Amino acid sequence: MSVTANAHVEDHSGDHGHHHKETFVTKYIFSQDHKMIAKQYLITGLIMGALGILMSVLFRMQLAWPGESFAIFEAILGKWAPGGVMDADVYLALVTIHGTLMVFFLLTAGLSGTFSNLLIPLQIGARDMASGFLNMLSFWIFFVACIIMLASLFLEAGPAAAGWTVYPPLSALPMAQPGSGLGMTLWLVSMFFFIVQSLLGSLNYIVTVINLRTEGMSMTRLPLTIWAFFVTAIIGVVSFPVLLSAALLLIMDRSFGTSFFLSDIFIQGEVLHYQGGSPVLYEHLFWFLGHPEVYIVILPAMGIVSEVMAVNARKPIFGYRAMIASILAIAFLSTIVWGHHMFVSGMNPFLGSVFTFTTLLIAIPSAVKAFNWITTLWKGNIQFNPAMLFSIGMVSTFISGGLTGIILGDSTLDINVHDTYFVIAHFHLVMGISALYGMFAGIYHWFPKMFGRMMNKNMGYVHFWVTAVCSYGVFFPMHFVGMAGVPRRYYENTAFPMFDDLADVQVLMTVFAIVAALVQLVFVYNFIKSIFYGVKASQNPWKATTLEWTTPVKHVHGNWPGALPVVHRWPYDYSKTHENGEYIIPTQDFVPQDVPLFEDEDELQH
Amino acid sequence: MTALLTIIVIILVGIAIWQMTKIFELSQIGTSNTQIANDSDNKYNGYLMVAFLIFLYGITIFSFVKYTKTLLPEAASEHGSEYDALMLASMLVIFFVQTITQFLLHFFAYKYRGEKGKKALFYADNDRLEFIWTIIPVIVLSGLILWGLYAWTNIMDINDEDDPLTIELYAQQFSWTARYAGDDNVLGDANVRMIDIDKANVLGIDNSDPNAMDDIVVKEVHLPVGRKVNFKIRSQDVLHSAYMPHFRMQMNCVPGMVTQFSFTPTITTAEMRQKPDVIDKVNGINKLRAERAANGEDNSDPWEFDYVLLCNKICGKSHYNMQMKIIVETEEEYNKWIESQQTFGKSIAAQQ
Repeated sequence: MSVTANAHVEDHSGDHGHHHKETFVTKYIFSQDHKMIAKQYLITGLIMGALGILMSVLFRMQLAWPGESFAIFEAILGKWAPGGVMDADVYLALVTIHGTLMVFFLLTAGLSGTFSNLLIPLQIGARDMASGFLNMLSFWIFFVACIIMLASLFLEAGPAAAGWTVYPPLSALPMAQPGSGLGMTLWLVSMFFFIVQSLLGSLNYIVTVINLRTEGMSMTRLPLTIWAFFVTAIIGVVSFPVLLSAALLLIMDRSFGTSFFLSDIFIQGEVLHYQGGSPVLYEHLFWFLGHPEVYIVILPAMGIVSEVMAVNARKPIFGYRAMIASILAIAFLSTIVWGHHMFVSGMNPFLGSVFTFTTLLIAIPSAVKAFNWITTLWKGNIQFNPAMLFSIGMVSTFISGGLTGIILGDSTLDINVHDTYFVIAHFHLVMGISALYGMFAGIYHWFPKMFGRMMNKNMGYVHFWVTAVCSYGVFFPMHFVGMAGVPRRYYENTAFPMFDDLADVQVLMTVFAIVAALVQLVFVYNFIKSIFYGVKASQNPWKATTLEWTTPVKHVHGNWPGALPVVHRWPYDYSKTHENGEYIIPTQDFVPQDVPLFEDEDELQH
Repeated sequence: MTALLTIIVIILVGIAIWQMTKIFELSQIGTSNTQIANDSDNKYNGYLMVAFLIFLYGITIFSFVKYTKTLLPEAASEHGSEYDALMLASMLVIFFVQTITQFLLHFFAYKYRGEKGKKALFYADNDRLEFIWTIIPVIVLSGLILWGLYAWTNIMDINDEDDPLTIELYAQQFSWTARYAGDDNVLGDANVRMIDIDKANVLGIDNSDPNAMDDIVVKEVHLPVGRKVNFKIRSQDVLHSAYMPHFRMQMNCVPGMVTQFSFTPTITTAEMRQKPDVIDKVNGINKLRAERAANGEDNSDPWEFDYVLLCNKICGKSHYNMQMKIIVETEEEYNKWIESQQTFGKSIAAQQ
């Protein structure tokens, strides 16, 4: 029922008028269509994420009931759980691969890959990505990375187990732990492919946003999703190559005897030849990506939440320009704060001071965003669709997790909580759970656009509320475990009697984690069932203003059957009224971006 | 037993979820099946927002009541009390902000839940508001940054003033060794290339360095209370991290370089054992251990409080059990102990 602008139909779609002959292979497998590639990224990412969550359940069980025998361990881990008791090496492997799968495969590729691909062309009014071929290539390189990572799980000596940061020398010396043999080689090779796909994807996103915006879509009329994806892609291009160099140098140290990161090592009764390298150098290189990486994960979630929140609150996002400015500020600062992961690494303490300063600065744009989201809810007409619930949940966990960053970002306070469960609780809330909520918000919101059907809202409600309670149930008490001094990556805490009284916290957290994992099955069921049997979606089910909802429900190559839409206004004209209090378009509380300004209407409300 | 309980909990939760879905569905009979939130969805989820806020406050209070006693006791080092003060101030800021923002977020979500025909306010911008919530974090954070940097500079200023005791902490998979600098208070040169296990030179001390002769290699650290200690930290194989939570001390052990940390212990082990919160914690833990002993389980001997050095950087299979005892004692006790230890010079002489 939305009013669309037909006044501007011009036929510049000539080159897209003809029909491509599509086979099953070109449509579903080697597709160059951004919508299909988005779905491929989504489903691959979700599968990797499911594996990551399963691993977390396994090691949470070990933490809650250390040394106890579980049939499920024996069934899944086989020889690594003799008699059903998890082995200490495989514990570290599970922790490592859990981190890798969640951070890179689910929350980088699965989140940014899915929604950048889906939304950039649709929301800026483009027929497809700048290069459909590169886009297809980046998905398939991602797929290769996934296969290699999964293959490493089946190695005799097990997959990489040096923690997801794979610090050398532990990761460089096969004699230091079994996972540092072929498992680590495959990890590095997989990451190599991952970085390549990320770069190809990011370059494509950047070029598309800069060049292919439709007529009238100025940068200050872009939805915040696009701003977030755009800036995320820039951070990726700036920082991922540095990880590539770290990985390459590590491969050299491992396989060709160089000493970039290694020096003065005596292990298993012999002195190794390495001389003059420094593991601290690796830490710098790793975190030069590693820290921007957490923003690569969270910025798309922020963009999605901003958009979903405005749509469902039926209000413009509060402080549109401040939101853009804070995305840019976060992006800039994110590249100069990596040292806060290294306060106690042995680097010069003066550097610690500098990084404390830059790190705490990043709290300012983050605070602005949080306050702007809260104000967006104020005096809204909030429609509690599942996507909206996840958006509100994201703001809640982002605040809870972000606040403890004030402690970790302060070099002094970091001394005693560094590498403890306090850190685990902090980053799981602020970038793990928050980004996951952002991703769920995106899936529930754009599911109709992706699959032409609606997801079941009641299962969505159950999914959200149980997940929300369980996330806090797992990660809120975890802060106390960290404050009690329990280090991360401990196979069991029973070697220290001082941690005995935390055993019941561990059980509590594990039970919440298991319930949280189980309730994701509701989502999986809903997702799969809705793809095939969901209620048919209308063209614009959420009554949103952005351009993707002007495309037909059935996907067409080139997105719009006729001419590209022309944009006349910003994307947040929700509940905009004339001075007399009447909606701009009578009986409709939103004005799509392709509707020209009315005569007595001001544009610049933002 | 716990496993059974867990299974029961999981099954019950499963049933609860199934029932909740049913209730949601029943509450929507008669409405059209568009899968878009309607007024009744908005109402129920609005109420749930309030319930969730209560849950959030509840779990906060629950955790504080139940878990505060598990936390570390007061800092046993000089800089540690500064650390604790800064931590307390930061925590107060955090909980103040957390309480208010979570309230606003969930309360607004409840208060402004959608109803058919209701009009949202078109409110896109307010420079003054945004200025206020930019400037307040700026001011608060400036305070915290300045305080933190001041403390950090003091902690990290490692010098030889006040006659510090020099001790080397040496990490390897999966144990700690300490080396006292001896009477001259200078550590002898050392490098992994000089390790000679057969001659009991596990730290690779240069036996041609005269400074090394009076060094003392031990497996347990004793510190005299009130005297500054400069730790020189080495690792022979992979990264480790020397973590002494009771002293608010942590520094990574990096192969190929010597890292350092310095602090002055202020509370002896014996005094710490007498602190009320430590007595509470120890009693609580020993009760748990007694239960375990009654069930015939291992690792259930009564525990006595001790300072401890842990490894806090993933280092391999037994990372979780890489520890060394630290004992803080009076000057006299310390002198007596150090007298009784064998110097490196004597131990190599004994080898030959």
